[in-house]
Amino acid sequence: MRYLSQFMIAIAVLVFMGQAAPVAVAQVNPTANSVTEDSMFEALTGDENAVAGRVSIPDRSAGNLIKPENKSWAAFQGGTVQTLSIIAVVGMVVLLALFYMIRGRIRVESGFSGRKILRFGAIDRFAHWTMAATFIILALTGLNLIVGSTVVLPIIGEGAFGTLTAFGKLAHNYLAWPFMVALVLVFILWVIDNIPNKLDLEWIKQGGGLLKKGVHPPAKKFNAGQKVIFWSVILGGAGLSFTGVMMLFPGMTATPADWQLYQMIHALIAAGLTAIIVAHIYIGSVGMEGAFDAMGTGEVDENWAKEHHGLWVDEVKAKSGKTSPISTPAE
Amino acid sequence: MARMKFLCDADRCIECNACVTACKNEHEVPWGINRRRVVTLNDGLPGERSVSMACMHCTDAPCAAVCPVDCFYTTDDAVVLHNKDTCIGCGYCSYACPFGAPQYPQTANFGTRGKMDKCTYCSGGPEPDMSQAEYVKYGANRLAEGKLPLCAEMCSTKALLAGDGDIIADIYRERVVTRGYGSGAWGWRTAYGETVTV
Repeated sequence: MRYLSQFMIAIAVLVFMGQAAPVAVAQVNPTANSVTEDSMFEALTGDENAVAGRVSIPDRSAGNLIKPENKSWAAFQGGTVQTLSIIAVVGMVVLLALFYMIRGRIRVESGFSGRKILRFGAIDRFAHWTMAATFIILALTGLNLIVGSTVVLPIIGEGAFGTLTAFGKLAHNYLAWPFMVALVLVFILWVIDNIPNKLDLEWIKQGGGLLKKGVHPPAKKFNAGQKVIFWSVILGGAGLSFTGVMMLFPGMTATPADWQLYQMIHALIAAGLTAIIVAHIYIGSVGMEGAFDAMGTGEVDENWAKEHHGLWVDEVKAKSGKTSPISTPAE
Repeated sequence: MARMKFLCDADRCIECNACVTACKNEHEVPWGINRRRVVTLNDGLPGERSVSMACMHCTDAPCAAVCPVDCFYTTDDAVVLHNKDTCIGCGYCSYACPFGAPQYPQTANFGTRGKMDKCTYCSGGPEPDMSQAEYVKYGANRLAEGKLPLCAEMCSTKALLAGDGDIIADIYRERVVTRGYGSGAWGWRTAYGETVTV
């Protein structure tokens, strides 16, 4: 009997537990709906790239708890941009050095005539040199932000490099404005003469006369090569200006992801345009005899003009008789 | 040396914000800056959880990767610190950080960013340990005193854990096994490329 009663109790307990157990599980499970990091990561979509919630502090953006996407921008900015910038600038310098060794300085083949033609007036030169001076500082300070920590920092040390870069950042932020003014001015002054036409195809076909001596394809005020420079500067400069202003006022960009995009575009355009301008500086100074005068005094030698801008010389002469813009030096 | 980490047990955090306040008080953090903050997820919904977040002191920290002046350094305890004398306030680290840690006081005209400020894991900066110069720039250096970060030390529910990564992961794992649930080690996958599996 004792055993029987114990057996009955045991059965009763088992039956009771069998019924009660599922009820207990359903009642005490505080995690049924609980958020987990895994589920929140899975819910991330392209537009909302943050695991976000509510914060009780005034800074609403602090509600973004985790933004894993930021790491990909960091990898691009910390690696790819640096590599591309170095390739663009160093690559162009190497190319130009090779070009100089093979072709040498492009001479005025018929020699200097001593007669001068006015090519760029005071306003033209003011616009050009404002843009040139600001661009060079912008390019150097910008490059410093990208490659300075690997190139300049080991040479001058962390303290000096920090000070230098802090001033560089200020220069970059404030000199951007005169650069933009000059960009608009240059566009207005020269766009008429930079509209592409059929002559450019011929110029490109002949390699611009850059590769061989004695080849001088006809060109008006600006040849195809100069037009490429012009449009690179105008379009690149516009791109840099827009993205730059957006970065300068982060509140104007919709999201931090937009800011990252503008930063990437800014860095890539800057690397490309810097390489183009290095080539422009080369051909306007060391690379070609007589070219610097155009932006130096504004007056170029007639023979230089005939070789590189034959049609333009004809235009100038036709427009103003024989004497006016062509001045012979006092003898 | 230990590999220092934070771990916030979201199932314990009651969003009291004491960690935020303690941090601000301990380090005399500048106005408008919160080195630590509490984010409530699914606010008001079933399964709501709060997570206390600060700098996670990442492995291969993205902030250090993008810093143009290379002002970041990692200590022997794997804490990511920075040098405010070198910092130029460019803001790049704030765009690189997955956790929103770097912040900037507005010190000059036009709302210009000042020197970046972030959680130091209560271990100061490059100046001599526990010096006045260090305190003014970075706040207290509790690690040099042999103490852990104050936010975690005073957490009333012991939700926020600080210490060697392996040890706090073990503590968290034990909790999850004991109580039967856990919402994960928030941020670990992003910061260290690993999760605490239970």
